[in-house]
Amino acid sequence: MNKTFNNRAWFLVIPVFLMVAFNALIPLMTVVNYSVQESFVANEYFWSGIRWFGELLRNPDFQSSLWRQVIFTGVVLLIQIPLGLGIALCMPKSGPWVSVCLVLMALPLLIPWNVVGSMWNIMALPDIGLLGKGLNSLGIPYNYTRQPAAAWFTVVLMDVWHWTSLVVLLCYAGLVSIPDAYYQAAKIDGAKPWAVFRYIQLPKLKHVLTIAILLRFMDSFMIYTEVIVLTGGGPGSTTKFLSIDLVQKALGGFDLGPAAAFSIVYFLIILALSWLFYTLMMQSETK
Amino acid sequence: MAKITLQNLRQSYYPNPSKDEDYALKRVHLDWEDGGAYALLGPSGCGKTTLLNLISGLLVPTEGKILFDGKDVSHASPEQRNIAQVFQFPVIYDTMTVYDNLAFPLRNRGVAEAEIDKRVKDIAEMLDLSKTLKNRASGLTADGKQKISLGRGLVRSDVNVIMFDEPLTVIDPHLKWQLRSKLKELHQRIRRTMIYVTHDQTEALTFADQVVVMNNGEVVQTGTPIDLFEQPRHTFVGHFIGSPGMNVLPCEVKGGKASFAGNSVAAANAAQAAGKAARVELGVRPEFVSIAKSGIAADVVKVTDAGRYRIIETKVSGHSIKLLVPEGDAVPEGRIHLNFDPAHTQVYEDGWMAGARPGEPS
Repeated sequence: MNKTFNNRAWFLVIPVFLMVAFNALIPLMTVVNYSVQESFVANEYFWSGIRWFGELLRNPDFQSSLWRQVIFTGVVLLIQIPLGLGIALCMPKSGPWVSVCLVLMALPLLIPWNVVGSMWNIMALPDIGLLGKGLNSLGIPYNYTRQPAAAWFTVVLMDVWHWTSLVVLLCYAGLVSIPDAYYQAAKIDGAKPWAVFRYIQLPKLKHVLTIAILLRFMDSFMIYTEVIVLTGGGPGSTTKFLSIDLVQKALGGFDLGPAAAFSIVYFLIILALSWLFYTLMMQSETK
Repeated sequence: MAKITLQNLRQSYYPNPSKDEDYALKRVHLDWEDGGAYALLGPSGCGKTTLLNLISGLLVPTEGKILFDGKDVSHASPEQRNIAQVFQFPVIYDTMTVYDNLAFPLRNRGVAEAEIDKRVKDIAEMLDLSKTLKNRASGLTADGKQKISLGRGLVRSDVNVIMFDEPLTVIDPHLKWQLRSKLKELHQRIRRTMIYVTHDQTEALTFADQVVVMNNGEVVQTGTPIDLFEQPRHTFVGHFIGSPGMNVLPCEVKGGKASFAGNSVAAANAAQAAGKAARVELGVRPEFVSIAKSGIAADVVKVTDAGRYRIIETKVSGHSIKLLVPEGDAVPEGRIHLNFDPAHTQVYEDGWMAGARPGEPS
């Protein structure tokens, strides 16, 4: 087939190009611009090279909030992925209960994030909240505004409540798309339930699980709203995750340069880890 | 290894079936001899797969019994029945190698590794899979995958029956023929009962010694390919098998003599016609219609070249009659006279061959 060359075709690309430019390229490049300069009032800028990046990486505050973030995301993934998969496996495959289960599962996902934070805030209040009051009256000392462990427990529990459904729905969609013939063949081959899970369901769910892990990784790594409403990063800075740290730097301190450097490092971490996950999950495919 | 008997088998997918229409399988009574090669032939939705799933134990019959060597297994699981089934779409375990796929049914049953190794290699040899044993099964082509599904059925030495549910649907045409001859060859080598479900008459007739033709949830006829061709017991069989299908013409039977459009026609079973049927028809295959000097007057309306022969379509007072003329013979035109071979002309009453109508379901 002969290719037709017509430079006027570029005009057709312009709308998309403009859209990408305005919602991605330009904002991103502005941030890159800030990150290598020092700013003063009256719009004075001086070249500062990679100074902000160096300072940021050496900053113990940043290091500890990064560390906290990694632990939080790790814990959340370790709970939500197996739990979500488990729930999806238990859900009915047909019948009237399917829609009931799906709606129940989708509910937490429909609630605005700051409302989720407020709900858990109220629920966890030690003196009047159902959770807080309940735990205390069971004899378990619980006060999430004072005890770091209680704060972590609440934040993780809230995230599990809010987001496990996403994993459930993804896994469920993957499960129902497995043709019946696979289960029938497994029955005929005499496979035990564990073998069915290990050799049919898990391999067939690989792609949705990759997506679930990626989504949950990115979202939990960027968690902000719910935590800021629930604990505000406290007690102390025990639940101060990266995004909270960033907002405090950018808005509180108005240090444009360091905050921009922070943003870029934050973005690169997420990008790098997502890429790593994806490559690892997909690599075994081609082997 | 077992003789399989189906007794008054009925199956409905409704919770409380009451009418005949509620049954996907109306009433089936069949014997499958040990070691036979059977085909279940019928159009889509006629209940073939239902029957197959009943035999394999994936479904529990609504009514009736399934016996393996006289033992009732109607409620036994597929594993207990010890059967193998190959599905329409190849089912393989993606993450395993070809070797592990073939070994899977044996490992699940706790067979010793040495024995597994021997059997897997044997089967791989038979199916030409030896070279790919170490590869991942997901990398194979559709026919390779289907061979694995087949291999998983063959690898167990003691299966009672191997069932194929339209196994060649996703296979390329030029490989279909190869796999089919492979199946036939395997059957001759291992002599296990095989049941092959298909809606393709060529597949059924080339594979099977005995063909079971189904329509509308009923078994219409069981017989060798030649029986089905020469003595179709139902006009459906006449239509469904053969290309072009049997000519079915309205007729009258009086005093043991059949007549069609005013012409008296000799039919093999005219004497057996009970004469109580609402619909009486005459069936004769195009292969058994010939051009004669005198006989039924017909007008040629269409001639189709089908390679080694021509299909001549004629009209006799509004009814279409097809006949075959070998390639090279003169192509008839205009008004001709037809003769039906009396040995292969049958009278059908309400669709069933006169004298061969099965007992009314009780």
